[in-house]
Amino acid sequence: MSTDDHETCRKLLEQLSDYLDGELEDTLCAELEAHLAHCPDCRIMVDTTRKLILLYRSQSPAALPADVRDRLYRVLKLS
Amino acid sequence: MSDNGTFATEAELLDGLRAGDAAAYRRLVELNSANVYNVALKLLGDEQEAEDVLQETFLNAFEAIDRFEGRSQLSTWLYRIAYNASLMRLRKRKQMTTFSLDQPHGPDDDPLLESQHLVDWSTLPDDRLLNAEARAEMDRAIAELPETLRSAFVLRDIQGLSGAETAEILGITVQAVKNRLHRARLKLRDRLSDYFAERARGLHVTA
Repeated sequence: MSTDDHETCRKLLEQLSDYLDGELEDTLCAELEAHLAHCPDCRIMVDTTRKLILLYRSQSPAALPADVRDRLYRVLKLS
Repeated sequence: MSDNGTFATEAELLDGLRAGDAAAYRRLVELNSANVYNVALKLLGDEQEAEDVLQETFLNAFEAIDRFEGRSQLSTWLYRIAYNASLMRLRKRKQMTTFSLDQPHGPDDDPLLESQHLVDWSTLPDDRLLNAEARAEMDRAIAELPETLRSAFVLRDIQGLSGAETAEILGITVQAVKNRLHRARLKLRDRLSDYFAERARGLHVTA
């Protein structure tokens, strides 16, 4: 891998979150996607980070356990 | 406010709270208690402490409602109270241990780690990656993040709050939220990639 490529990989790592959140400006976004097209390591980095965020987001937020809710309403005198 | 105790808008709910309407208090708790509890649970990793923070948050909010100026949303205000209560508990814990469990990988201003784990496990379907054991591993990974990164990740990526809301709750700038979130994601990816790559290999073998 050339030094230039390595530098681009470092730059990608710094911009990864902005890219995944759709907040990277168009020119940078195009540069980054051009790099991704021929750098399998960076593509894996992007794909696995995106997947990890989706896995965390897909964990449905737990409802309040019934006993915790009962005790809360008692403490707040709402029951 | 309508007769059956539902409050169509935040302003109506706030009017009800300021007027001491019991239905408004109940509504505030119904709308926000699960979120407050879940954030405290992810920040503290302890059910009893999360329940204590939940109760403390609403007791404090009920007391302070007259001083709530309405500049932020009620939910943001409640998150902020819960975050501060959780932070106090984390600091107390830190004082009680000789080394910090929050920072097993060194200070959170470490330079970005370049990952060595470049196995592509991203194409496996969620239901094959996510069993109870994997969820527990993901929770452990969050618990191991430094507090500053954990709070940004929990509020943004798990609770799905905006950068601006998260900044308000944490008392930092939107840019600081972005920086912390970025570092949290990279650390989590690094921490969990071996685990998921191993699962991916196992699933391929048994498939």
